[in-house]
Amino acid sequence: MSDRLIATSPEPALLELENLSKYFDVSKSLLNRTIERLPKQILKAVDGVSFSIKPGQTFSLVGESGCGKSTVAKLVVGLHKPTGGQIRFDGTNVADAKSIAQNAALRRRWQMIFQDPYASLNPRWRVHDIIAEPMRVFGLAGSSTELSKRVSELLEQVGLSAMDGEKYPHEFSGGQRQRVSIARALSSNPEFLVCDEPTSALDVSVQAQILNLMKDLQRDIGLTYLFISHNLAVVYHVADMIGVMYLGRMCEIATPQDLFRNPRHPYTRLLIDTIPDLEMTGKAREPVAGEVPNPINPPSGCSFHPRCPLANDRCKSEIPKPIHSATGMVACHAAEEGRLPAPQTVAPA
Amino acid sequence: MLDEKTAAKAPSGFVHRFMDSDLVYSFLRSPVVVISFIITALYFLSAAFAPWIAPHNPFDPASLDLMEAFTPPAWTADGSMKFILGTDDQGRDILSTLIFGSRISLIVGFSAVLFSVVLGVGLGLLAGYAGGWAETIVMRFADVQLTIPAILVALMIDGIARIIVPVELRDEMSIYVLILAIGVSDWPRYARVTRGATLVERNKEYVSAARVIGVHPIKIMFQHVLPNVMGPVLVMGTIGLALAIITEATLSFLGVGVPPTQPSLGTLIRVGNNFLFSGEWWITLFPSLALVILVLAVNLLGDWLRDALNPRLR
Repeated sequence: MSDRLIATSPEPALLELENLSKYFDVSKSLLNRTIERLPKQILKAVDGVSFSIKPGQTFSLVGESGCGKSTVAKLVVGLHKPTGGQIRFDGTNVADAKSIAQNAALRRRWQMIFQDPYASLNPRWRVHDIIAEPMRVFGLAGSSTELSKRVSELLEQVGLSAMDGEKYPHEFSGGQRQRVSIARALSSNPEFLVCDEPTSALDVSVQAQILNLMKDLQRDIGLTYLFISHNLAVVYHVADMIGVMYLGRMCEIATPQDLFRNPRHPYTRLLIDTIPDLEMTGKAREPVAGEVPNPINPPSGCSFHPRCPLANDRCKSEIPKPIHSATGMVACHAAEEGRLPAPQTVAPA
Repeated sequence: MLDEKTAAKAPSGFVHRFMDSDLVYSFLRSPVVVISFIITALYFLSAAFAPWIAPHNPFDPASLDLMEAFTPPAWTADGSMKFILGTDDQGRDILSTLIFGSRISLIVGFSAVLFSVVLGVGLGLLAGYAGGWAETIVMRFADVQLTIPAILVALMIDGIARIIVPVELRDEMSIYVLILAIGVSDWPRYARVTRGATLVERNKEYVSAARVIGVHPIKIMFQHVLPNVMGPVLVMGTIGLALAIITEATLSFLGVGVPPTQPSLGTLIRVGNNFLFSGEWWITLFPSLALVILVLAVNLLGDWLRDALNPRLR
């Protein structure tokens, strides 16, 4: 699926997802099911998602709550086992790395930054030990003085003081904790960072600081990011590529410029319309029709059709195939058939 | 509480941080808790230094004189200053037997709580973190055991031990059997609390962070989750100590606990009980009082610890 995307780029991708799916069994217990004669209930959190990330780039996943973006992140770092599809990291199929050594060699190359800085640091551990843990696990530690030196370096690299290692997480603010989180993620010298809404729990002013820190790190160490967010304005500033997800499927993949100037999926347009904008003050907005449907029982055909202004009979019955272009992808019958009206949206400032 | 000099000298020192903590503050604020703590500490000290503190050695037959049996407490007409709280039917000094008895009670209670905490927390962690079949088996087993009163479980284990242990070793082993019996009878409470707390902790992102780098599940359980679930367990353990001492006393009172040659508070109460109606009230009253005061003090400490460590009650 992503073959064509790769073909257009001379550089091989660092991470490729091919038809990745994750289904969760959310049925009641066997006893309840037998008594109440209920069928098994499967939640398709991620359903056939494909994309690839080139080294040194930032790929952003956006979408509403419950669209499966965090599940993709967890699949990529191995917190969930995929139900179907493949994850290839630097050409290696992650599922093939079965031995402990192979697994550790792969895991060493990626790290994750979590959403809630209040939950992602063990409250009983000193910051020094939190940051040193990945180095200890991967045996990069050396002597304890080397370890302390490296932890101090990392703390300073993320804009904290080397003295902060002695403190406990509760002695820090949310933004500082997120810096600790980033320092921990960097400690094993990864090439690839998965960031699951790293700024959504922070104040706006602190968000900018953390985003700038992440950008600086990308420039200095050449990190590759998978950046999950529901905030389009943030994504516009950090991403090299944006993937829009809806109910476990990928709607559109495009560069930020293309996505904001010329969104090709009706859902993307709806998302962009919801960005608060000073110029729009006082003007009537198109109200967002409907809510995200229940993912246990998604709509037939294109899962967006109940909310889509362009939906027709074909959308209700047939799942749209991804249409690849030189820089992106869109999965929409209206886009395929050319029924899409011209976009009126502008990129956020 | 803390003078300025110490604060200036060691701003991040452990002692300073400890003295400055909410725990110490709420401790010093409540006179009941301070008194309970002092009483508990006195019990522990007298238990630890029993041979030096006790005025007599009640277990040395050479020092016993049957002529001195049934001496009432010192302040009564027939009392003697030699035996402040009087003597029992064998002429043993009640105060000394009390000191040695509470020593046995504390040792048994402490070891039993330790045993059930280790067992309960271990199984609770496993059940909570692993989930699935391990959880079902452990927790259903705990549920079933909870339907049987702890004292019955302890009696049953004691009965089984009596069959297994040879007669000549019985007195020697009885204290270990007692620890095992009380410990096994009490583990489900700790397992339940630990499992509940583990279920909350295992979904937190710091556990995911450890899983991402491939930390072994056993290591995650003990290094990451355990320190975060120990708070409620410690509180339960403190209250559990009081319960274990009572269970031990009950078992000894029923005659299945420690032998009369190494009496605990429960054994002393049982022995004294035989003389209650013939007027020798002091033989049973003082061990009972000692037991009540000890359990009350430990219980009050436990209650305070529960409230002090509960962030929602602060």
